[in-house]
Amino acid sequence: MHQTFDAALGINLLHANQEGADHNRAHFDAWGITCLNIMSSPGAGKTVLLEKTLSALNQKLKIAVIEGDMTTELDADRLRQYNVPVIAINTGRSCHLDSKMVAGGLHQLEHQYNPSDFDLVLVENVGNLVCPAEFEVGEHAKVALLSITEGEDKPLKYPVMFQEADCLLITKMDLAPYLEIDIDRIISNVRQMNPNATIIPVSAKTGEGLAIWFDWLQSQVPSAQTTSKTQNLTPV
Amino acid sequence: MHETDMTKALILTVRDWWEAQPERPQISHVHLTVGQFTCVEPVSLQFAFEVQTRNTFLEAAKLVIQETPLIAFCHHCQQEYRPEIGVQYACSECRSPLEDIRSGRELKIDRIEYCSDSAESYASNL
Repeated sequence: MHQTFDAALGINLLHANQEGADHNRAHFDAWGITCLNIMSSPGAGKTVLLEKTLSALNQKLKIAVIEGDMTTELDADRLRQYNVPVIAINTGRSCHLDSKMVAGGLHQLEHQYNPSDFDLVLVENVGNLVCPAEFEVGEHAKVALLSITEGEDKPLKYPVMFQEADCLLITKMDLAPYLEIDIDRIISNVRQMNPNATIIPVSAKTGEGLAIWFDWLQSQVPSAQTTSKTQNLTPV
Repeated sequence: MHETDMTKALILTVRDWWEAQPERPQISHVHLTVGQFTCVEPVSLQFAFEVQTRNTFLEAAKLVIQETPLIAFCHHCQQEYRPEIGVQYACSECRSPLEDIRSGRELKIDRIEYCSDSAESYASNL
């Protein structure tokens, strides 16, 4: 006799990814590392921001970068010039990093270095305003970038990304005189869904706002408050 | 594109459940709840499910998606309101920002409907 039955599951679709993210975070915590997940659409300026950040903070903090890129190592090669470990993860056709890919990156870091020597891991996500917002990788905070050439309405169109961000960098501020863009409207659109994020207008070209970004970043790193680990580097 | 990954996760979760059942029942429906304030498009999810379950244990299974609306609670007005996605997220009465989401972030496998030939297997699934 055929009978129909029901089994209640109540499992989140992203359950497996979330477990992996929690696992990664536990590793970061055990190593005393702060992890930031840096997200934006393609071309908003994530890589140049990282370049400026590495060049300014390399002496103060021991930093490693996990670089998500769909097919190339172009960004990773740019960042390697700053003498920091850059672990490139080709996501293939996937449009975001997930916790499993980042776990793979952490294994590489563990093989080649002593992870406890690091203060900060910066994860540069794949350029995309949609999916990365849903896939945690084990970060302690999320940083979103929005360049002013993208328009004021993007926070309204991609609300999940901007709602999740702990820090929002409004980039390419040097272009403001050439564009019809209302920065206050970008900010008020973000504030509609995220009253708490730190919002910093920046320009990697002129340096506007970068000092504020560096301060915010260091405020996220507990080991920077005491003594950074840059003093006791021990290559494995 | 990420619906493909979501579907993969969905199939793996259902497979785990299915493999834990002693008699590997025929699954007829998989019920999902997908909130409107997620990055998931139900139509894409349906399509990915159809493609990815071909020639698998889920080939005959239908994906049933229940969408939940975005509902927020305004603490200032002490009432729920429905933000208009893409247009307006702040409270329509007092303009307080969207902070307390009561519905719309769900991405959940609710339940599985399956057929079984024996009453015995029913007991084991209780």
